[in-house]
Amino acid sequence: MPRREGGDVAAAVQPVPGPAAHVEVRGISKHYGGARALEDISLQVSEGSIHALVGENGAGKSTLGKIIAGAIHPDAGDLLLRGRPVTFRSPREAIRSGIAIMDQELALVPTVPVIDNVFMGVERSRRGVVSQSVQRRLFAEYAARIGFEHSPRTDTGRLSTADQQKVAIMSALAREAELIVMDEPTAALTRREAERLLETTRDLARGGVTVIFVSHFLADVLALADVVTVLKDGRLVKTAPAREETEESLVTAMLGRSLELVFPDPRPPREGAPVRLSARGLSRPPAFSDIDIDIHEGEIVGLAGLVGSGRTEIARALFGADPASGTLELDGRPLRHRSPGRAIRNGIVMLPESRKDQGLVMLRSITENVTMPHLSAVASRGVVRRGEERRVAQEVLASVDARAASLSMPVSSLSGGNQQKVALAKWLIRKPRVLIADEPTRGVDVGAKRAIYELLCGLAAEGIGILLISSELEEVLGLSHRVLVVRGGRIVGQFDRSEADEERVMRAAFGGDPSRRNGGEEMRIPDVG
Amino acid sequence: MSDETTPSAQLTAGGESPAVRLPLRDRRSLGGVVNALRDYVIVLSVAVVFLVLTFSSDVFLTSTNLLNVLEQVAPVGIIAIALTYVLIAGEFDISAGAIAAFTGVVAAKLANSIGPWEGLILGVLAATGIGLLNGLLIAYGGINSFVCTLAVGLMVAGVAVLITKGFLLTVPGDTFATLGTSELLGVKYSVWLLVAIVVLFAFVLHRTTFGRWLYAVGGNLEAARLSGINTKMVKVSAFAISGLAAGLAGAIIASRTSQGQAGDGISTVLFAFAAVVVGGTSVQGGRGAVWRTVFGLLLLALIGNGFNLLSVEPIYQQIVQGAIILAAVAADALSRRQAA
Repeated sequence: MPRREGGDVAAAVQPVPGPAAHVEVRGISKHYGGARALEDISLQVSEGSIHALVGENGAGKSTLGKIIAGAIHPDAGDLLLRGRPVTFRSPREAIRSGIAIMDQELALVPTVPVIDNVFMGVERSRRGVVSQSVQRRLFAEYAARIGFEHSPRTDTGRLSTADQQKVAIMSALAREAELIVMDEPTAALTRREAERLLETTRDLARGGVTVIFVSHFLADVLALADVVTVLKDGRLVKTAPAREETEESLVTAMLGRSLELVFPDPRPPREGAPVRLSARGLSRPPAFSDIDIDIHEGEIVGLAGLVGSGRTEIARALFGADPASGTLELDGRPLRHRSPGRAIRNGIVMLPESRKDQGLVMLRSITENVTMPHLSAVASRGVVRRGEERRVAQEVLASVDARAASLSMPVSSLSGGNQQKVALAKWLIRKPRVLIADEPTRGVDVGAKRAIYELLCGLAAEGIGILLISSELEEVLGLSHRVLVVRGGRIVGQFDRSEADEERVMRAAFGGDPSRRNGGEEMRIPDVG
Repeated sequence: MSDETTPSAQLTAGGESPAVRLPLRDRRSLGGVVNALRDYVIVLSVAVVFLVLTFSSDVFLTSTNLLNVLEQVAPVGIIAIALTYVLIAGEFDISAGAIAAFTGVVAAKLANSIGPWEGLILGVLAATGIGLLNGLLIAYGGINSFVCTLAVGLMVAGVAVLITKGFLLTVPGDTFATLGTSELLGVKYSVWLLVAIVVLFAFVLHRTTFGRWLYAVGGNLEAARLSGINTKMVKVSAFAISGLAAGLAGAIIASRTSQGQAGDGISTVLFAFAAVVVGGTSVQGGRGAVWRTVFGLLLLALIGNGFNLLSVEPIYQQIVQGAIILAAVAADALSRRQAA
């Protein structure tokens, strides 16, 4: 992969002056298959500081946080703890070195009391018998420190997300963590809860704990962090003191197009193209509500938004995979489907977010995966005509340019890009009316990405209405005729191809304007910009 | 995911253009070897046991002995074939043994009141109904299949005891015994039934849409659902089929002995389960085949037969069978880890 040279996005490593580095990464790289997650990242985190990692979806900030926490192993580069090189083979080893992680999905056991979660794996015991009195005393100490108000015997699963996060922090304290990696800790919280969490985090830092704060919420980052590192496409854009940054400057740093990607120019839908799929007042609280979407014949509608904004949930509801209220119309006729099976019969198909978990049966052959949704087309009276099946599979795989040594091989034997083409091909045996493509190029290499872009544009040119969801903003911008921006389960912006640019969409997605976080709540830092 | 730099024989054989590379997993790795072994080790094992017994026992290679082995294995074999479907669909049915015993009891009871054939048929229908109930509870009630079929099995066994009041229900006359004791071309009806079921089940599994759905549901439930497959219907069908097969097995046993006897049938279903797993059908769903279960059955049955013929303590038989099951499941786990 060619290294990007010069320009304002060059990796400018600025060692932060002040106390010695608690952790330092040098030249860290990480790839997943052909896809780059991180490339040559170097940064220092000073003792007792709050160091924020920001960036778009897929910029690599969570990966970097996880590498520091020992949950992911880098392909290349060094991790230094207080100047000493370390290799963590497991989170357990990282914990022993005083590093803990608070994940996006909290790793708590919901069915046991709070206190057991706090001390899980680090039980204070005497000769194998847990010392309840010691644990209760320590628990009281932690609870006072971070303001946890429930009984230690409360079942963890019954607490609110905010309280569960406090449990996770107490658990880090019980591990005597000196460095805590927090991955999107405020994403699931209400304003008030988020504010309290930020306060707790500040207290931790004042008490000497180093915090790495991974977050989408730029206002939170600016209010909290001492130092901010901006990542873009797995590369480090800049590391700077937070007080020198504004939301504007951070967003600007995240902008900029990857040089490697070229988008085909989608042919505009023909003049006066009728509406293919229309949704009105689609709601499934709390994931999303009052969604109105029109997809015209031959139109690619991009659905942009941060991970967790409700994009995928909207797609699943349109496909009948999850129930939702509201009305749907297909080609002007009202549509009711409560199952994917019905949606497929109506010509609405979905390329799901995760091909491994939702798109393909990895153990089964390529042929079987391709013909799965339309098996009856190659069967008579329930018996599969295997010659016919092979022919159909071969034909449709050729049309998406998927390469396989043998179609009877398990689909797991293919590369990510070819797997994704198989996952797409299965919907093309019968021409669909509407294709919902959720993250169509996730985890595939650049060559396959380009091929998938061409395919999507080609399908639109045939009159198929396409709803494109992607965490890669430039993908949405590069392919869509129209972009809808989702934030907090609502559509907060709509841009035509001519007016959609990264900055506008990003601002809408991040809520850079006064309606940040779940729409309507007041902004924490009024003097930004 | 796959390592793109891994050298691979198939890569060149497939005539790939350099534009889109197709990295394949290296089949020569440990996982490849394990997969190949997993595919054919069961066939090889049966052949080896067969040869060893041929040379170590005079009685083994006689049609009387071999037909006897088949007749003994027929009822549990029918259960095992149907259990293959349930396992491929990613579920488990531990009630099959109890349903078989229950069928025998119902058949014997009704044979004495209505008529022998009517009794057998109604018994099998009742068994199918119980299987259907299992399926509905599991697919629509969302109950774990192991727990659900354990509970239903216990209840069914209890009802069977209520019907028999703890006694054997004997059915006089030859008609009832026809299924279990009569022969066609020197081979028992029960063996013919097993053969017919093997052929039918193999055809359905490997050639029909329903067979494909079983694999899809067990291999990746969500992907199957999002492909428009009625996953609940597939599961319900698998359990109903398992109930039907248990009913047939129960009818054969009752007919063979001319009596109905209540019981939980746990040892029956565990033997069937062992045969399925030893054959190489995955306990985690999505992988397996009817022919595998046939070979699994043969292996376990031949080993049992051999121990009898060579007069080895039966307790060793259990130990050997246990070790074989463990080896089969370990091989499956190893190849899965490779595929993950």
